[in-house]
Amino acid sequence: MKTFSRLHEKLSLGQFVVTGECGPPRGANKEVIDKKINLLNGYVDAVNVTDNQTAIVRMSSIAASAHLAAAGLEPVMQMVVRDRNRIAIQSDIMGAYSLGIRNILCLSGDHQKFGSQPDAMNVFDIDSMNLIRTVKNMRETGKDMSGFDLDVAPQMFIGAAANPFADPFEYRVIRLAKKIDAGADFIQTQCIYNMDRFKEWIRLSREQGLTQKVYILGGVTPLRSAGMARYMKNKVAGMDIPDGIIKRMDGVDKKNQADEGIRICLETIEELKELKGVRGVHIMAIEWEDAVGKIVKQAGLK
Amino acid sequence: MIIASQKPINEIIGLVEPYKKVLILGCGTCVKTCFAGGEDEVAVLASALRLSFKKMARSIQIEEMTIERQCENEFIQEAAAGVERNDAVLSLACGAGVQAIAKRFVKDVVLPGVNTTFIGIQERPGIFTEECSGCGNCGLATFGGVCPVTRCAKKLLNGPCGGSQKGVCEVNPDTPCAWHLIIERLTTLNRLDSLRTYIPPKNWNTSLSGGPRKLVREDHIL
Repeated sequence: MKTFSRLHEKLSLGQFVVTGECGPPRGANKEVIDKKINLLNGYVDAVNVTDNQTAIVRMSSIAASAHLAAAGLEPVMQMVVRDRNRIAIQSDIMGAYSLGIRNILCLSGDHQKFGSQPDAMNVFDIDSMNLIRTVKNMRETGKDMSGFDLDVAPQMFIGAAANPFADPFEYRVIRLAKKIDAGADFIQTQCIYNMDRFKEWIRLSREQGLTQKVYILGGVTPLRSAGMARYMKNKVAGMDIPDGIIKRMDGVDKKNQADEGIRICLETIEELKELKGVRGVHIMAIEWEDAVGKIVKQAGLK
Repeated sequence: MIIASQKPINEIIGLVEPYKKVLILGCGTCVKTCFAGGEDEVAVLASALRLSFKKMARSIQIEEMTIERQCENEFIQEAAAGVERNDAVLSLACGAGVQAIAKRFVKDVVLPGVNTTFIGIQERPGIFTEECSGCGNCGLATFGGVCPVTRCAKKLLNGPCGGSQKGVCEVNPDTPCAWHLIIERLTTLNRLDSLRTYIPPKNWNTSLSGGPRKLVREDHIL
């Protein structure tokens, strides 16, 4: 079987994989990327590089991904359809491939209203479903969206996001099925705190045979403080943090809350490892990259 | 209909300040229905401007007039004498009306008194909502009569984003999630199968992306 990236290869061999996350800096400082590379290298199988996440302008995910690839750390380049029309999207995918980027995560993107420049015009020429299909068609047919035969067509391992915690719940499985139909090879989920709901989503997905068709990586984010937990619960769209988790964070001293957050994260990973249909974890330690090594080691993942 | 809202009074004062004689020209169709530029609004605005200029110890002559539709030549003609008598026209019509007046009276100053906001409906008294963006290629049959191009903040054609919770859009808690409504409608209509249907990239050529649009009806050309 042909594999498109090292991440793909590991998943196809049945390894339980770990992916991390690297948010590019608000500026052109490559040293920030180098620092994050050092914190993550050796602990994770691949690293998502975010694309102007929360609609705040940062170094491009293509450039940052290329820095990772050059350092031998496999990037998963995130791409949102918020800022590019189909012309720019295809062009950027070709450019990224030429720079050695082999994984892509196709996303809609946070609305610019949440960012630092809410006056911006958004694009949304195509949606994330059609972005998935575009990358897939390039890979399978060697053609761009106009049907033009590309000299060298990008051959990427295609990822998509799934949020089992958003509403309407019943539709979440249908949407997953649609993303698989469109061409998604792997899925990274929204941060899991509500394990009951996640298990229900996985069960429904399993029943429909979807977990056989796509590699699902469960998303986790270690909580650094009770304040962060509350903020995420109330302010971050699509986030589901049960009161029990908040209570647990509140229940320990401020100075020990980060440790408690890591403990919760480790417990979640333990459950995910046992869950049929889950093929890995995606650790999103937001601006807390030095926690990743600790989590990976303690979870026995490396 | 086209929904508009009146510009802030200070902005309007700034617009009409350079002129001595101003015609406030209302429009009796859409903007009347949404309380932005019908006869009543013309009268209220005229009084407000007279009062403001009096306070500033400045003189201004304001004439009031409302025609049925500023987007149709047949009605625009009725305003000709009024336009002639004044130095400037403050039109309370939508952007189409303002431009139609400017086209008809090429040597006259025409100013906009309202901000044209969207194509929509009056959902309940005093509440207007956007429903259509005039994309030129209607897909409402696919979406159970709810337009995601207009009513989803991300124009998503293949289902809701991950930010929709409890039927509400993440961008604005006052806005229902269009996809929530679509799923509800298709459930009611027993057409849930179409939720699995893949919708290809939209052809935006019929929208404003293709440049200003023109409709030619040969059968009606004189």
